[in-house]
Order: sequence, then structure tokens, then C-alpha cells
Amino acid sequence: MRHYTSALYRRRRFVNRCAMVLCLLAAFFGLAWLVLILGTLMVKGVSALSLDVFFERTRMRDGGLGNAILGSLILTSAATAIGTLVGVAAGTWLAEYGGKSRLARAVRFINDVLLSAPSIIIGLFVYAVLVLPMGHFSGWAGIAALTVIIVPVVIRSTEDMLNLVPTELREAASALGAHRWWVVSRVCYSGARAGIVTGILLGGARISGETAPLLFTSLNSNQWNFFDMQGEMPNLPMTLYQNMTINSFIPDLVNLAWTGAMILTLGILILNIVARFVSRQSH
Amino acid sequence: MNDTTLQNFQTQQDSSTASEGAVRGPYSEAPTPDKGQPVTRNESVEENLSVRVRDLSLWYGEHQALDDISIDIFANTVTALIGPSGCGKSTFLRCLNRMNDLISSVSIKGLVEMDGRDVNARGMDEVALRRRVGMVFQKPNPFPKSIYENVAYAPRMHDMVSRKADQDELVERALRDAGLWNEVKDKLYEPGTSLSGGQQQRLCIARAIAVRPDVILMDEPTSALDPISTATIEDLMDKLKQDFTIVTVTHNMQQAARVADYTAFFHLGEMIEYNATKQMFANPHTKKAEDYITGRYG
Ligand SMILES: Nc1ncnc2c1ncn2[C@@H]1O[C@H](COP(=O)(O)OP(=O)(O)O)[C@@H](O)[C@H]1O
Ligand SMILES: [Mg+2]
Repeated sequence: MRHYTSALYRRRRFVNRCAMVLCLLAAFFGLAWLVLILGTLMVKGVSALSLDVFFERTRMRDGGLGNAILGSLILTSAATAIGTLVGVAAGTWLAEYGGKSRLARAVRFINDVLLSAPSIIIGLFVYAVLVLPMGHFSGWAGIAALTVIIVPVVIRSTEDMLNLVPTELREAASALGAHRWWVVSRVCYSGARAGIVTGILLGGARISGETAPLLFTSLNSNQWNFFDMQGEMPNLPMTLYQNMTINSFIPDLVNLAWTGAMILTLGILILNIVARFVSRQSH
Repeated sequence: MNDTTLQNFQTQQDSSTASEGAVRGPYSEAPTPDKGQPVTRNESVEENLSVRVRDLSLWYGEHQALDDISIDIFANTVTALIGPSGCGKSTFLRCLNRMNDLISSVSIKGLVEMDGRDVNARGMDEVALRRRVGMVFQKPNPFPKSIYENVAYAPRMHDMVSRKADQDELVERALRDAGLWNEVKDKLYEPGTSLSGGQQQRLCIARAIAVRPDVILMDEPTSALDPISTATIEDLMDKLKQDFTIVTVTHNMQQAARVADYTAFFHLGEMIEYNATKQMFANPHTKKAEDYITGRYG
């Protein structure tokens, strides 16, 4: 009792306040950059915004971004769809069947490595195993690269979310005579659905802005590409890159790039908000 | 009263030498002295064997959690498992519906027979077994679904009902049997988790009896509940034994004395004594059981 003097209390209160202020500062520091980025994009992007941006293809003059937006949508949604199938299946195996077996531990380790692999390395890999043998850049190759990036994200979030489902619920279902697969599909998935969907959406948001892996795989194109997966697939990130660098002497293209950056960012923002909404709904 | 029980026990011993088939003790084989005396049969009731366990041992990896357990559990009775924490009561209970299969490190030796069939036999499907052997857990664990869905879940899974009307009837019956119907009949479609703890536990009982199992295992079903809910569940167990065989784990000596026809005392993975509850509490045969029952440790 003697130790709890008022001086000690006062010191604790002081330390507590300091920590609080530092935390707030750190939070503001992070938020400030986000606001600055969004603000800059809005200011610079709005000026060139028009319907033509969505319905005209990229051109040296008087063009839009329609083909790039469509291409990005195709690449991203195809990779997300494949990534969902593979990632959810693998994540389920890890959480429900693999357990602590040696194979499961190996898969988990490789997945962690893949999760942190630089995306340009993944692009190079797909270039070596798909683009070189096929002899040309293609939509398929782009999808392959993006899939390799999103799969580990989905595996990780699926496994984590399934592990959060209480053992008691699994046991309750098993004790009623439910088969293993029934327990997984009816009990575990319904408990983990929101988390898994959130993981998929965030993964989709992540790959929609990837540039480096597309450099070696789908490349870019200034033509419309309606689902010709054998051909080069136009996409937003690489268009931004080209407009801002090699084409930076054309002011219109630079402005268009800002608009594209804004559209891309808004798209990702919307995906994040939807993910938030989905994960909120489960509670 | 105590004397009559003992006398009964005596006559039974005599008759057992006369005809082997009439034995009502836990051991068809000769009882081992260190495991206590054979169980005295309950006077009035005609009892049938439901579960027969012989020399059951279980290991979690290297750690032996059950050591040579032999016990007979009679149909339409309540059997209580008592003993200090970590003595293997839950582990034993989970052997009866093979829930330990879900743990990969477990290895089992010995015989568990349910209605004369070896539950660990190759041909025995654990899923079919678990349909015959329901389970209620320590913490109420309703599915995050409606009250109705919680009860309808297993019957639908086992294709027991085809028409909606049949299903409604079955849900009502299970809820009535679990003594919950009057409290929930107006809110069947509200989430099961919105009920109070005691009601949730009765919902879990309704969920378990909806598939009409033979045996219901309960692992400390009232330890998370208040005294009133506990009393309700105890009354319920007394009613349910008309239709089901109940094996329950309890930490509460009074509860065992109140609800159980038979009581088994476990200690460090061994079954020290198994007897009619009255006998066990009035006149335990073993020192360890006596010490535990009189509260000298545990
Ligand atoms: N899943 C498990 N893995 C390893 N050891 C376990 C597991 N479950 C229980 N045990 C051990 O087995 C022994 C018996 O546990 P348990 O059956 O839960 O006891 P009780 O229900 O009587 O309190 C304890 O020593 C416990 O630590
Ligand atoms: Mg226990």
C-alpha cells in the first residue's frame, strides 16, 4: 500500500498523457499524407474528367482512358476470381485439414514468402514461364501474374478467419453427426464469410494498382481489347506510367494521367469501403 | 435403507454366481479389488445395458489421460462422472461419441460398446454413431442462427424430415421436451444467441434430442449457469431419462447426489469407484472417493 503514493500516480498520469499525445501525432502524420494524396489527385484529376475519359481509347491527342479502364477491370476481376477459388480452397485446407502437419507448415511458409515477394519478381517469373514460351505478351500472362500476387493474400485471410471460428461451434456440429465437410461448409464458412470476403476485396484492391508485374506480362496497348486474352491487354497503371514519363511532353496526356490516377484511387477506396461494410455487417 | 441396498448387493452377488446372465454389475469379469466393489443395482428399475466399456486407455501423444477404465452404463438412467479437474472425465465422455477422433494426437486402446456394437470398429461410421449419441457442452454453444434453425439443423442434415410441417412438429416436440417451448414459442426466428445462458443451454439440449439419440452426454452442463437455471436443467435431466440414457460430468457433488442414479469417481485417469449414487455418497468403498466426496480434496 505504501508504494502507491500520490507522486507515483502523478508520474503515471504524466507518462500516460505523453504516450497519448505521441499516438495522436503519429495518427495525424499518417492521415495527413492520405489527405494530401487524395487532395492532390482530386485537384489535378478533376480538370480533365469527362465522359470521353471512359468511352475513348488512349490516343496521342483527344483520347480517353476507356480501353485501359476496361483492360484493368478484366485483368483484376479475372485474377481475383481465380485467386478466390485457389486461395479459399488452400486456406481452408490449411485451417481445417492441414493443421500442424509438415506439409501444412511448408505451405504456410512458402505462402508467407510469396506474400512478401516483390511484385516485379513475380512479373519476371511469369515472363520467363509464360511470355517467353508463348512468344508474345498477353492478357493471360497479366492475369497469371496478378493471380500469383492475390492468391497468398486470400490464403492468409481465409486461414486466419477460419481459425477465428470458435472450436465449440465445430464440436457442436460434429457432435450432431455432421460430416467434416458439412461442418466446414455450413458452420465455418458462415462464421468466417465476412472476413474472407473482406480479404478478397482488399486483395483485389491491391492488384488493381500493380504496375510492375504487368510490365513483363500483359504490357499495354492503345487499342480496345474486348476479351482477346491472347493479345496485349491495355491497363490503367501502365498507361499512367507511360503518360507521366515517356509522353510527359504532351500536357493533355499528363492531365489524363492524373484523372486516371484519381479514378484508380477512387475505385480502390470504394473497394475498401465495401470491405469495411461487409466486415461490419457480420457483427 | 443403507442396509437394504447392501442386502440387495449381497443377493445379487449370490444370484450372479448362479446365472452369469443376470449380472448387473459394471464388470462381467471378476471385479478388480483396487477399482472398488461392483455396483449395486437400483432396486425397483429393470435396467438394460446401454454402454459397455472395457479396459479403455487413452493417450494424448505421450500423456496417458485414461487408464484401464471399465464401466457399464445402464439405459434410461443418469450416470454422473465426478472427480477433480484434469482427471479425465471429459476425455472419457468424448470417447463415447468418438469426439476425440477430432484430435490427431489421440490414441485409444480398449473396448467401447454401444448397444452391443464396438464403436471403434472399422465398420462403424463415427458420424452415424454421433447421431445416436448426442452431446451438450459446458459452455452453451448455439449456432449463430435462429432458435428454430438450431433445432431443425440436425434433423435436416440427417434427412429425417421432408415436409415443412413435419419439421415444425419435430422442432416443437424437441423444444417441449427440453422445457423451452413456452418461453420461445413466440420468437422462434430470433437468434439463439439472444437467449439467456440457461435458455441457451436448454436450446442446446433441444438441438441434441431433436435427432432422438439413445444417449446424451453432458459435460458440466450447468457449470456456467446460475442456480435457478441449474435447477431447471437438473429437473430436465430427471425427465429426459425416461427417453434417453444420460451421462453427465459434474463438479458439483450435490448435483450428482440429486440427479444421478449411478456415480463414477475418477482420479488421475483411473476410475476409482463406480456405484449407485446413494451407496457412493452414504458409504463409499474407497478412501479416495470418500475423501473427495467429503471435500477433503478436489
Ligand atoms: N486436447 C488435449 N490435448 C492434450 N492433452 C489434453 C487434451 N485434453 C485434455 N488433455 C489432458 O488430459 C487430462 C484429462 O483432461 P480432461 O478429460 O479434460 O479432464 P476433466 O474433464 O476431468 O477436467 C488432463 O491432464 C488434460 O491436460
Ligand atoms: Mg472437463
